[in-house]
Amino acid sequence: MYKNLRWKVITILAVLLIFGSLGLYPIIASRYGVKSPAWLMAYQLRLGLDLKGGLQLILQVQTNDAIKVEVESSAEQLRNALKDANVPVTAVQTDPAQAQFTIEGIPGPSESQFRTIADNQTGQSYDRDARGAGTHVFTMKPNILKQRREETVAQAIQTLERRVNELGVAEPWVGPYGSAGDQIMVELPGLKDPARAKEIMGKTAMLELKLVEAGPLPDEASLLQAQGGKLPADMETVRGVAATPGDTARPYYLVKKTAIINGNDLRNAKPTIDQYNQPAVSFTLSNEGSAKFGAATAANIGRQLAIILDDQIESAPVIQSAISREGQITGTFTAQEASDLALVLRSGALPASLTYQRSQEVGPTLGADSVKAGVMASIMGLTAVTLFMLMYYRLAGINAFVSIVMNLVILLGFMAYVGAVMTLPGIAGFILTIGMGVDSNVLIFERIREELATKKGIRQAVGAGFDRVFVTIIDTHVASLIAAAFLFQFGTGPIRGFATTLFFGLLSNVFTAVFVSRTLFEFVLSKKQAGATQLSI
Amino acid sequence: MRIFANPNYDFIRWRWHALIASMTIMAIGFYVAAFRQGLPLGIEFTGGTAIVVEFVQPTDEGQVRAAIEPVAKDATVQRVGTDNKRIMIRLQQMEGQAAGTALEDDAKRVEQALNTAGLGQHTVISKDIVGAVVGSDLQRKGIWATITALGGILVYIALRFRFTFAVGAIAAVVHDILITLSMLAFFHYDLTLNVIAAILTITGYSVNDTIVVFDRVRENQRTMRREPLDKIVNSSVNQTMARTVITSGVTLLAVLALYIFGGDVLRGFAFTMVIGVITGTYSTVFIASSIAIILSRRTTPPATAQPQPKLRRA
Repeated sequence: MYKNLRWKVITILAVLLIFGSLGLYPIIASRYGVKSPAWLMAYQLRLGLDLKGGLQLILQVQTNDAIKVEVESSAEQLRNALKDANVPVTAVQTDPAQAQFTIEGIPGPSESQFRTIADNQTGQSYDRDARGAGTHVFTMKPNILKQRREETVAQAIQTLERRVNELGVAEPWVGPYGSAGDQIMVELPGLKDPARAKEIMGKTAMLELKLVEAGPLPDEASLLQAQGGKLPADMETVRGVAATPGDTARPYYLVKKTAIINGNDLRNAKPTIDQYNQPAVSFTLSNEGSAKFGAATAANIGRQLAIILDDQIESAPVIQSAISREGQITGTFTAQEASDLALVLRSGALPASLTYQRSQEVGPTLGADSVKAGVMASIMGLTAVTLFMLMYYRLAGINAFVSIVMNLVILLGFMAYVGAVMTLPGIAGFILTIGMGVDSNVLIFERIREELATKKGIRQAVGAGFDRVFVTIIDTHVASLIAAAFLFQFGTGPIRGFATTLFFGLLSNVFTAVFVSRTLFEFVLSKKQAGATQLSI
Repeated sequence: MRIFANPNYDFIRWRWHALIASMTIMAIGFYVAAFRQGLPLGIEFTGGTAIVVEFVQPTDEGQVRAAIEPVAKDATVQRVGTDNKRIMIRLQQMEGQAAGTALEDDAKRVEQALNTAGLGQHTVISKDIVGAVVGSDLQRKGIWATITALGGILVYIALRFRFTFAVGAIAAVVHDILITLSMLAFFHYDLTLNVIAAILTITGYSVNDTIVVFDRVRENQRTMRREPLDKIVNSSVNQTMARTVITSGVTLLAVLALYIFGGDVLRGFAFTMVIGVITGTYSTVFIASSIAIILSRRTTPPATAQPQPKLRRA
């Protein structure tokens, strides 16, 4: 009667073996130090931040920063091009908030020449709007604006990835977050020093080396006195660091607007000690950077060079001789600060500043406690459920136990295989999976009892019980899967872990409750004589 | 062993009583939530700071409250765990510190106050700081997830059964959500992300339960063609009674294990599940079927109540 029974049993054992070796074996092997092949251990279930401890950050990229830089440099380039072509301009104004810049005072005779140059230079990215009287407004095209913002976020993610990798945290994660498109989530499981990591994540690390025209002086007005009280077009003022930490008096410098070199010209940076035995950062330049830097330093021996980091002058040493490949950033650093600065310089500047939207730190003790509590709850839940099922359904209770345990093994194996992360709500999902397994089994057992009551033979009763309930099980599972899918869609971090376990738990439950449990029944029935009327249920 | 051998209770007779009882609980719950600050949103939704501090020596909540009073007036100080050593401090976000480094000011102030208060050795074991932007984002997503999940289930049941049944199932789910929220308000739980997850799970669970009964109704409609719908529904509820009670009882065992042994972080989640399982069972028996019957009578009287009019005419 049950001629496929042997194959069914083999299928079940094979499934058990595959999922057990993926889900259970790596956990047990690593716990008891059993030597195992690395490819298998790679499947070890990953723990989420709430169980392992660590830091999770949600950062918002201030994409407006990048737009501002873009608009300003486009305006500057156009102004230079016009200057080269001898087209006079009275004013250039930028309005980064609107992604616009305005050119004013083009005389009538130069108008057509201006249009040719302007459209050549900016036509791809900007819409030009002639306002009359020689005034033209350039607005960044909406698709270009959107593209720039996306690029900025993508670039920020890359930079953060490099920084995170340098931190030496196992299994870090950096990626886009949320629906607005400008947020990034960073997860650093098992991190020891969250405060330092936050500092490193948030640093823009925009390095620029510029020639000093005047300074340092205590205020801006006296700095500009030598220039006739007005800031020349090719210069800007930048503030230096305080002489001692916490000092509010920060000096002013007047520097050239264009940088000799910037962070992009660096090839490497590492912490070092300067000539006064102070922590400093030494850097090596790329070939292109060396050429620029060598020429500029040779031409300006005796002048001061400002080392500007994130719009603040760290130090302004005097150029003693021509430098080409190697340089040093000196300032008032601690050893830790110097090594962190080297790290962020190596990983490159962020294209825009970042602001924190959420910061979640979980200590390792709390995580370990949660794991213990979760495992304890699972074991107690399973024990209580099993005891009840054995009492109520006698030997058929074993059926339920086997199918529920197998469900959990498949679930563990599946999560390990797809690389899903186990979180605390994920453990709750496990416990609910136990509940669902019970539900299906009870549904089937009750139906078999009903069928038995109609004086059918035990084989027919078992068969009819499974057949009739199958539709119900499909209906209930599909409805729950719908709920789990939406939960996953909306969820972040831990909730997603819950939805994942619930989802896979539901899927494997259909297999274990229907296929495995039925095979067990058939196995028992095949040992009974044809006319048997007793079934322990 | 066996409970409910061939039960034959008249559940449908009690439908109005059941509806009134449920409404009363919901009304009280609404009152507590609205006028007694019964159901505060967690900091994930409002923005704010939550810090858990572990002391080496058992420490009193009052001492901690006094220590941080000067820097954080409206903080909630709450003991977590069983050994009197862990204290959770929660603060709503202040005005004008939506993002950036200012976000951490509250946490820093509290930590400093604790360090200088001489409360003994302690470490911060968890720290969660949420900006208002993320908070409102999560709020929106939470509402959407609930609505879309309910909509999806409604469509599925309407396809598989009939539309009035779908409405009955959804009414039962909405009932369960409202009862659960009321209970959360009575017992002073926060509406956190975990609790929302639990509520969405209840949604699935409650529908699960209801579908089992409806499936039976569909099956019985084929064999009991001459019976009126309320009688069919009543027998279906009775036939599935043992299953309903056993499943709920056993699932209750599992979530109770979670509530007792699952630790502090999951307590709100487990509590929500416990309430949800109970109300889910109740609503399956009393709410879903009642509403399905009430609606079916109004919309499609000839299909289901055929025998009765014939008898009257004769």
